[in-house]
Amino acid sequence: MPPEMLLLAALDGLAYGSLIFLVAVGLSLIFGVLGIVNVAHGSFYAIGAYVAAAGVLALGAAGLPTWLAFPTLLIAAALVGILVGGLVEIALLRRVYGKEEVLQLIVTFAVFMILEDAQKVVFGVQPYFANAPMNWLGTVEVFGIFYTTYQLILMPLVALAVLVGLRFFLRRTSFGRAIVAVTQDREAATAMGIDAARVYLITFIIGASLAALGGALASATTSLTPGIGAGTLVLSFAVAAIAGLGRIEGAAVAALLIGLGRSAAVYFAPEFDVLIPYLIMMVVLLVRPQGLFSTVQTRKV
Amino acid sequence: MARQLVFGAALIAALAVFPLFSPWSTVILTVALCEGLAALGIMVLLRAGQVSFGHGLFFSFSAYAVAFMAAAKVGHEALVLIPVGMAASGLLAAIVGLFVVRYRAIFFGMLNLAISMVFFSLLEKLFSITGGADGKRVPRPTFAGVEFGREQFELATFYVTLVLCILAALFVARYLLSPGGKALEAIKSNETRLEYLGVSPRKVLYGAYLLSGLLAGLGGAIIALVSGHVTPELAYWVRSGEFVFIAILGGIGGVAGPFLGALMFQIIRGYAAVYAPETWHAVLGVMLLVIIFFAPAGLYGIVAGKGGKAQREEGGR
Amino acid sequence: MSGVILEADDLHLRFGGVQAANGASLKVAANERIAIIGPNGAGKTTFINLCTGYLKPQSGRVVFNGQDVTRLSPRAITRLGVGRSFQIPQLFLDNTVIDNLLLALSAREGSWSPFTPMLRHPKAEEMWALLDLVGLKETGNRIVRELPEGMRKLIDIAVALALEPKLIFMDEPTSGVSSTEKFQVMDTLTRVLDARATTAVFVEHDMDVVARYANRVAVWAGGRIAHQGTPEEILNHPEVRETVIGVGV
Repeated sequence: MPPEMLLLAALDGLAYGSLIFLVAVGLSLIFGVLGIVNVAHGSFYAIGAYVAAAGVLALGAAGLPTWLAFPTLLIAAALVGILVGGLVEIALLRRVYGKEEVLQLIVTFAVFMILEDAQKVVFGVQPYFANAPMNWLGTVEVFGIFYTTYQLILMPLVALAVLVGLRFFLRRTSFGRAIVAVTQDREAATAMGIDAARVYLITFIIGASLAALGGALASATTSLTPGIGAGTLVLSFAVAAIAGLGRIEGAAVAALLIGLGRSAAVYFAPEFDVLIPYLIMMVVLLVRPQGLFSTVQTRKV
Repeated sequence: MARQLVFGAALIAALAVFPLFSPWSTVILTVALCEGLAALGIMVLLRAGQVSFGHGLFFSFSAYAVAFMAAAKVGHEALVLIPVGMAASGLLAAIVGLFVVRYRAIFFGMLNLAISMVFFSLLEKLFSITGGADGKRVPRPTFAGVEFGREQFELATFYVTLVLCILAALFVARYLLSPGGKALEAIKSNETRLEYLGVSPRKVLYGAYLLSGLLAGLGGAIIALVSGHVTPELAYWVRSGEFVFIAILGGIGGVAGPFLGALMFQIIRGYAAVYAPETWHAVLGVMLLVIIFFAPAGLYGIVAGKGGKAQREEGGR
Repeated sequence: MSGVILEADDLHLRFGGVQAANGASLKVAANERIAIIGPNGAGKTTFINLCTGYLKPQSGRVVFNGQDVTRLSPRAITRLGVGRSFQIPQLFLDNTVIDNLLLALSAREGSWSPFTPMLRHPKAEEMWALLDLVGLKETGNRIVRELPEGMRKLIDIAVALALEPKLIFMDEPTSGVSSTEKFQVMDTLTRVLDARATTAVFVEHDMDVVARYANRVAVWAGGRIAHQGTPEEILNHPEVRETVIGVGV
């Protein structure tokens, strides 16, 4: 096979992995703190994508300069995280903390069903395509192949910034430390005066915003159609599960693995591209059920 | 107990006579029963505290098995196609089960989802074999050797389905009351103790998984026959989600629950098609939340008068 | 001392910076009643976990009845005839007491026919006898979750006994039981163990119970045995008196 194909696949995988990382790290963070796997997480991605695309299209229609699209993407992500994510946490999740896992799953699944239809109502079923930000950034040439700056540089940079920022936030800031404390021992943290309910809410909003950010970034690169939420959910779960739920750095590695695996499939066995993430997840879980970067936890008896 | 039996008998009697008075309902009721069978399988797994978001896999697998056989004229007989389709899904569940029973909670749910989505995309992509998104037609087979017209065929299939549902429900009810059923519930309440009784939780769950795959397979085989058409949609996650919805709506307190839920589901679907065609999954989602928060024992809990709320709260930890 | 039934040899296990087992060794002879005492965090429960397969040691081995069981699952070890009750009772909380016990009896008999309802369990009589033994016959139809901790501990032990183990580990069998009933419970328990020729190893904090019901005492400290001997020797040992009995009770 030609070497430039390999390179192209690798770069594609990097861009794709960056995107999935954003979504997966949100899922993983929420699980780490709330102990809930949020099935509606894919919807935050989809809604983030739609809101961002709508914003960018509105900018274009109003004749405003294209660079304004970039802050728009960020604002869209934050808005979706705060409004939709916050509402879900306050109205529903709060009522099921500490309940049976299956109950929590079904509640977030119900939210997923509601949000999937809500998208269709608000944004219709026609494909959305808002690639102005991607075109505006132009292309770069890598070994004779032209590649969009947006995918090759911006998306990995954003992912890297999120990874570094999240690490810094959790380790160095007092609120970040409060989150970590609640994760490790909720009762002790509450006794120390940490407001666990607030930590839960803000963590959920951050996680949801990250998913929405992933969607917002993706909105410039692909056309949006109903149903993108479901696929993304499975994919981001695969990443989080491969890394070990709650593992943030691990999610970056796993996202890269899935990204590269998928783009390799796109180039070399296109009919199986959708299968690759599932297959990687199954193989990893078969060998290490607790994920690659987790240690085994046993229940105290 | 007596009250539940009376209720079950009343449900069966109502189902048995309904199509005689309103022939238009035959197919809808058969479809409801098929989905009830799949939801019954979900209920078995829910007893172990596990939820599968991928039982569309077994539902669609048997449906396609029936479609292929019917098209190839191998089994041009409904009473052969149904058990063979069911067995095909059972075989698949026996293989998939080896893998998924190692996992719990979200991992169990998502692996099931993942595997069913793989199958869904294969059904869509392998156009030359499966007919892609358009699916396959299922020619109407003979019924006990007789070539029926459409209406008689539908009526006969309905009654056979009803009988199979009763048998399946009785078997599941028996199983859940047996020590094996209690061992299944033990997976939810305390796997550590189960291990220390010398029992393998995986084996217990494997048996239940097999049963749930067979039940979903039975439903899928019949639905292929009555609808005369199979599409990848049978394997889509929405379908799997509906089974979970039906099981929760009906309630997992008794085997009549999933069937009750399935009937209600058809009614909701009928109304939603008229009043909220674009958003009817959202309607389902809202209902799901209402049930979970306000009537956790489901319809069955309401009808059979089991103190649903108290029961569920005991289950929470 | 008659034949050795269980031998734990030089078990080591370190997790999360804690040396939970650090050369833990113990030989258990048939029909012994060994009490394990020691301060919290000495590794007593870890030792039971290692012997029953819940945890796997990083080095060392466990031999039961001549068979190496170090790497076996709890399930396999249970089937070989090692029973266990827990510090925090491990029961099926949403089931009735009789369901808990009948499930244990089904497990022992390997009888899982889906057509035999729990209500017509072939071993129902044995179950009631067992419940009677621990004095909980009248609680049979209650849901375990509704019962007080002390009763749950006894049910936990009854469940372990239902499996008819050759050796039983009990983690603080009387911890939830009121001090007035402790001796009564231990009397009954000892009677059952004697009648069935069951060997027992139990973790105990109450030195009166240790003195009365153990015929050997192992003092745990820092993940291994610090001293062992007859109850008389140990309970009068000056160092043990200070480190364990003074602090640990």
